[in-house]
Amino acid sequence: MVRLLAALVGIFFSGMLLYSFGSGAVAYISEPPVPTVEHEFHEHPRQIAWSFDGPLGHYDKQQLQRGFQVYKEVCSACHSLRLVAFRDLKDLGYNEAEVKAIAKNWAIKAPDIDPKTGEPSTRAPVPADHFPLPFANNVAAQAANNNAIPPDLSLMTKSRHDGSNYVHSLLTGFGPQPKKLLEEFPDAKTPNGLHYNRYFANLNLAMAPPLTAEGQVTYGPGQPKPTVDQMAQDVSAFLTWTAEPKLENRKSAGIAVVFFLLVATVLAYLSYQTIWADKKH
Amino acid sequence: MATVETSETAVSAAEGEGVRRRDFINVAAVAFAGVGAVAVLPTLINQMNPSADVLAAATTEVDLSAIKPGQAIKAVFRSQPLFVRQLTPKEIAEADARPVASLRDPQSLEERTQPGKKQWLVTMGVCTHLGCVPLGAGEGEVRGEFGGYFCPCHGSSYDTAARIIKGPAPKNLEVPEYKFTSDTAILVG
Amino acid sequence: MSFPWAEQYTPVNPLMKWVDDRLPLPRFVYNAVGAGYAVPRNLNYWWNFGVLSGFALVLQLVTGIILAMHYGANAGVAFDSVEHIMRDVNGGWLLRYAHANGASFFFIVVYIHIFRGLFFGSYKAPREMVWLLGLVIFLLMMATAFMGYVLPWGQMSFWGAKVITGLFGAIPVVGEPIQTWLLGGFAPGNAALNRFFSLHYLLPFVIAAVVILHIWALHIPGSSNPTGVDVKGPQDTVPFHPYYTAKDGFGLGVFLIIYALVLFFGPNMLGHPDNYIPANPMSTPAHIVPEWYFWPFYAILRAFTFDFFFVPAKLLGVLAMFASILLLFVLPWLDTSPVRSGRYRPLFRKFFYLLLVDVAILGYCGGAPAAEPYVMISQIAAAYYFAHFLIILPIVSKIERPLPLPNSITEAVLGHEPAAVAAE
Repeated sequence: MVRLLAALVGIFFSGMLLYSFGSGAVAYISEPPVPTVEHEFHEHPRQIAWSFDGPLGHYDKQQLQRGFQVYKEVCSACHSLRLVAFRDLKDLGYNEAEVKAIAKNWAIKAPDIDPKTGEPSTRAPVPADHFPLPFANNVAAQAANNNAIPPDLSLMTKSRHDGSNYVHSLLTGFGPQPKKLLEEFPDAKTPNGLHYNRYFANLNLAMAPPLTAEGQVTYGPGQPKPTVDQMAQDVSAFLTWTAEPKLENRKSAGIAVVFFLLVATVLAYLSYQTIWADKKH
Repeated sequence: MATVETSETAVSAAEGEGVRRRDFINVAAVAFAGVGAVAVLPTLINQMNPSADVLAAATTEVDLSAIKPGQAIKAVFRSQPLFVRQLTPKEIAEADARPVASLRDPQSLEERTQPGKKQWLVTMGVCTHLGCVPLGAGEGEVRGEFGGYFCPCHGSSYDTAARIIKGPAPKNLEVPEYKFTSDTAILVG
Repeated sequence: MSFPWAEQYTPVNPLMKWVDDRLPLPRFVYNAVGAGYAVPRNLNYWWNFGVLSGFALVLQLVTGIILAMHYGANAGVAFDSVEHIMRDVNGGWLLRYAHANGASFFFIVVYIHIFRGLFFGSYKAPREMVWLLGLVIFLLMMATAFMGYVLPWGQMSFWGAKVITGLFGAIPVVGEPIQTWLLGGFAPGNAALNRFFSLHYLLPFVIAAVVILHIWALHIPGSSNPTGVDVKGPQDTVPFHPYYTAKDGFGLGVFLIIYALVLFFGPNMLGHPDNYIPANPMSTPAHIVPEWYFWPFYAILRAFTFDFFFVPAKLLGVLAMFASILLLFVLPWLDTSPVRSGRYRPLFRKFFYLLLVDVAILGYCGGAPAAEPYVMISQIAAAYYFAHFLIILPIVSKIERPLPLPNSITEAVLGHEPAAVAAE
């Protein structure tokens, strides 16, 4: 009885599935799916060799400082970094006084309440503060940016596939639409106010190219030349740090743990062999 | 638990030489597992300590300009009340008149204030008995029979230097670490 | 416990004797996972995964209880509190990654444990109850894992909650009220997040309770073994401790190495980047996919594209998805072959390997976007999945001619020389 019922259920589900497959296949052959413009022209990020790659990877503090400079001078006008606090910048090699100065001189002020009147006011940030938001709320952000909200960058490199490479590629991937694209997809012309970028999922990005010229940011002495590509790499490295500040702790702990486990497992194996030595199995 | 003992019985059938080496391996394996388990403990325990953001918010700035002699204010330091009081000359004299040796927790007013700023008394607003907030810092609050602070929970009375005189509290009100950043501002912590 | 020759608990320590006389807990443990449990001597490494599953459960309980000390179950702060754990709490990044990847590894070892049972016929008499309780654990795990994934309140959390509770919306008439009731609103929000947190904290303890029943039921007939032949005498078994504690210790070491490699060097490998974007009810991610361990079931859900008379395709998909798990509850009565182990069932074995490939394909399609050709592939794969359990297995167990079974476990281990058998 159980087996009969089971067979009926099985025949029903399998039958429905095979029928679905059949009609799906017919549709697939008679009307093959049309390739989309994203499918044809979207590209995966270019692979860069980062200092933090691999099990022994470390952040290059000089690079993080340069990247922070790019963020500060270029990105921070529109993009928040709300999960990161000024005090975290000590990881980049700044000392306490430098962090204090960075916070105090930050262009965007931290919201506060006037202690006398109770009215909203602002004050200079202190190291314990998170980076203040450039816009009071999403509506203000939208209004100031052609209806697009500049996303928070704290976790950008972790919230995109292959994030560190993605940010670098995106920042250097602007350009005119390829002729071939317009020939194949005449309707896919980049709308006004958007910018073509072959690394962006739907190819058209509201953000205008932020890094446009060599020397847009002036690096300190002894640092590499601030080419667009260099600045893009540096800010990607910085944003990798903001997304995963504990990367170095994680990797060094990992080396120790795996080494310990290897020794322990070898010992466990030897112990297992000695205990079973007199038992064939 | 009894791993080592039992494995001994398991191999006791095996004769002579091998036994010692086998035991050693079993002991080493169990010891390693034990070390591994113990090594995890600090992480599991340390997570309950104050996190980085709590530690970063561990300093407080207090503006003294609005405090008149004889007045006190309550500020917040590490999520606890902080009393800042400007003593009047009379209160300073009262505190100085008390023989230090007679106190439960002997400390002079000098020791409890910064050099040259004897009128500024900065203490935690936490009774050293069981942690209640003493009265006396707010406008119109009872200051107890010694003119300092009075804890309503169990009746501890502090003098004008916030030293314990009467009641169950064992210590004077704690003076946190602080420094003057200007004549009218202090940074606590 | 189960065999008369099993070693008896005799406390050496007077304190243990005192305790044992009043509360026989030491005896209970001794008989459950100590020398008092007689286990077939021929268990292979596939038998390590039961203990590993138990370890994974404990790992999740410990890390989970700690994370709950820092997590805020409120839609306004949930995402930020997880980031607070990652950035500010001492060692928080380690605990959170350990918990998130621990869930994946829990499913890995449980899936291997289940497929071991499927191949070696561990679901057959007299161990049906062990199998049924195991399936209950599996269902509870799925519910717990799903609700846990909602807690970080990222984009995948939010949309996962919306889609999965939307499944209930497929039930005619009562579906939509049930969905609204589950969520405490018309879309996932603070009410849903809070109750999911409460249940996510509760269910693991229910799982732990069912695990105890699972082990209890196992100890009645004793463990199965790779030959599937019953234990005949003392020469067929060894005490669990030290023999299998030692073997499980080694297995645990290997498990921990692989776990540590992922945890420390690729902690986001098994997750989805979209869950690092805070939940946004106004924008849906391009591809909503559940965690990888749900992919085969998700593929079955999406494979139904046609209505069956008055039954809409959506409802069919939901029914099929639940059926794909529930059918395992009747498996002991579908496979009627008296031979347990797949080693001695040549035809069964071929179909078993086909099923393994089939589930892998379903998993791949479940993680892929809902587009052709993945839908068509998953339709074929899902059809085989149902046919395998509901049609093929009953037929195979009728028509198959099994290979000759060894007379005993000891004979299988030592070979056929009677001298060797006698010597044992």
